Amino acid sequence: MNTFLTLGFAGLALGGVYALVALGFTVIYRSSRVINFAQGEMLALGALVTSALIADDHMAFWLAFLIGAAATGAAGLAFQLLVLRHGIGKPEFTIVMLTLGLAAVLNAVLDAAFGAEPRANGDPWGASVLHVGGLSLLWVQVWTIVAAVLLVVVFWLFNRHTKWGLAMRSAAADPEAALAVGIPLGRVYGTAWVMAGIVAAVGGVFLGAYPNSVTPALSDVGLLAFPAIILGGLESTTGAVVGGFVIGVVYEMSQGYEGTNFAQVAPFIVMILVLLVRPQGLFGSRAAERL
Amino acid sequence: MRSPARILAGAVRARRPAVATAGAVLLGVLLPFWVNAFWLSTLVYVLIGALGALGLDVLTGRTGQVSLGHAAFLSIGTYTAAVIGENFALPAVVWIPAAGAVAGIVGAVAAPLAFRLRGLYLAIVTIALVYIVQDAFTVWTTVSGGPGGRSLPTPSFGPLHFAKGLQLGGLVITEDGLYYYLAFLLLGIGMWFVHNLSRSRPGRAMVSVRDRELAAAVLGVNVRRTKTMAFVISSVMAGVAGAMYGSFLGFGQPSQFDLLLSIQYVVMIIVGGMGTLWGPLLGAVFVVGLPNLLQQEGGAIPFLAGGTRTTGIPVADASTVVYGVLLVVFLLLEPRGLVGLGQRMGSLVRRRRAVSPVAGASQFTGEG
Repeated sequence: MNTFLTLGFAGLALGGVYALVALGFTVIYRSSRVINFAQGEMLALGALVTSALIADDHMAFWLAFLIGAAATGAAGLAFQLLVLRHGIGKPEFTIVMLTLGLAAVLNAVLDAAFGAEPRANGDPWGASVLHVGGLSLLWVQVWTIVAAVLLVVVFWLFNRHTKWGLAMRSAAADPEAALAVGIPLGRVYGTAWVMAGIVAAVGGVFLGAYPNSVTPALSDVGLLAFPAIILGGLESTTGAVVGGFVIGVVYEMSQGYEGTNFAQVAPFIVMILVLLVRPQGLFGSRAAERL
Repeated sequence: MRSPARILAGAVRARRPAVATAGAVLLGVLLPFWVNAFWLSTLVYVLIGALGALGLDVLTGRTGQVSLGHAAFLSIGTYTAAVIGENFALPAVVWIPAAGAVAGIVGAVAAPLAFRLRGLYLAIVTIALVYIVQDAFTVWTTVSGGPGGRSLPTPSFGPLHFAKGLQLGGLVITEDGLYYYLAFLLLGIGMWFVHNLSRSRPGRAMVSVRDRELAAAVLGVNVRRTKTMAFVISSVMAGVAGAMYGSFLGFGQPSQFDLLLSIQYVVMIIVGGMGTLWGPLLGAVFVVGLPNLLQQEGGAIPFLAGGTRTTGIPVADASTVVYGVLLVVFLLLEPRGLVGLGQRMGSLVRRRRAVSPVAGASQFTGEG
């Protein structure tokens, strides 16, 4: 039972990271109907910048974290301004391939700039443990879950109760109508990319924490998080969170009981099964098509 | 009185596509005699890549089903060839078609995914395919040799053993040369097939599914059958390409067949020009040739680890950046790829000729 609970908790912590990645996806998708295939690379960028600032420049963790998040947000904004802006109105396939191009470029750049050597994350929690009942839980896992839930709630409030949230939703629903009523689409998209970058950096720093280390390979989580967003349905924030936690638990459980190899694949199998039954995901809505 | 040159020019113009094809074939046949060993092996990889890309183009470029799972079918081809050619010791006449057949069967099994899922969802599920197949091969060590990989057979047809090369009188064709001609032949068959397919009823059904699936269904196109057919054709070509690739390389490792490989194939068809006959080949020249070009000539470019220099930016990273950027550039500026660029340049030249007929008349193929 203890194994089960420990694995479950580790799964929730990993699910928190997935939820953050998935949140990054949904932020962009909910404003511009674009799936960002480079979300994983942005996450690795945030983690690498943060850890490099701590290790090489002896910066305090929180300051480095802030700069890392800002840098990732800036990278997202730059991509939106330099590339994606010119793709508005092009087919969905084109846009997706643009983000895939960004993923490939970022991946290679990170590899060349930071090297494949694992780096220490430099977070203040390290391997310290919290004892609850008979269980030993890592502090960093606790904080991962807290941060994920916090950010998701903040985003949900932002989306529901602010003018900008409304602007984002209307931009996604119908860009032309949104423009017509005076919503600055460029700024809305830009904001979404900055937010996605920040969320990605937070996810990256938590993912790189103990027992992991920071390498460009962290970007793989962007792909592993796909099952989470698909499971939840692309347009739903709630879905992203639920999907993230479900996939995290599935991953940790199958790793604990079946081994790493199967754990890599299990989330994808769950995803395919769900999609075959509900092609729009668990929380997505089905779009009607007109001829 | 028309000069013979003019009559010839007229005949050429009337059959421009046929002449262009004949020229390309002739160039292809003669090319191995002009290049050194390094570039010959690069050309073999280019042709094999083009065959795989041709398959992906049937699925994505012509039928509109975005797949990032091509690497999975390539790996199935590779390991089928390995098992049949090495474990069962059957000849290449068996293992090359078998690699296509097994991949095609798996493609038929995967096709129903495209019945339920559209666009992005399908793209993401095909990513899952890459992970699942890669994992299956990593675990299934009797077939794949595990993470360390395994060797693949070298083709031999009757008395012709690829490993020994071929001597025809004074003409010596090396092992790589034989691979080149085999890949050339297979690609030729593939392109001929795709060309005919595009003018047939199923081919037009594919295009209609791509352009407007619902409308196609309303008009009586059997969408499921069309998608299944596209998946099978695509996978068969990928399987054959995978078998050739593994055989030429000499070994296969599950880790080679990752998502990046799938992405490279997508880049090939986009950069080359989707839904065109020559696009996959042009794209393969570019995507497969570029890393080798950088490897060879990298010494001339600062900050790059290539040629004799060992420090600096790794060639693999540099070429990934280059084709990532080119992917973006082509998508935004010339969605029809290199083929579209060529057509655009061709029409530019023709227009200029039309403006100055004197200059045009002096050229061999053109006149006012």
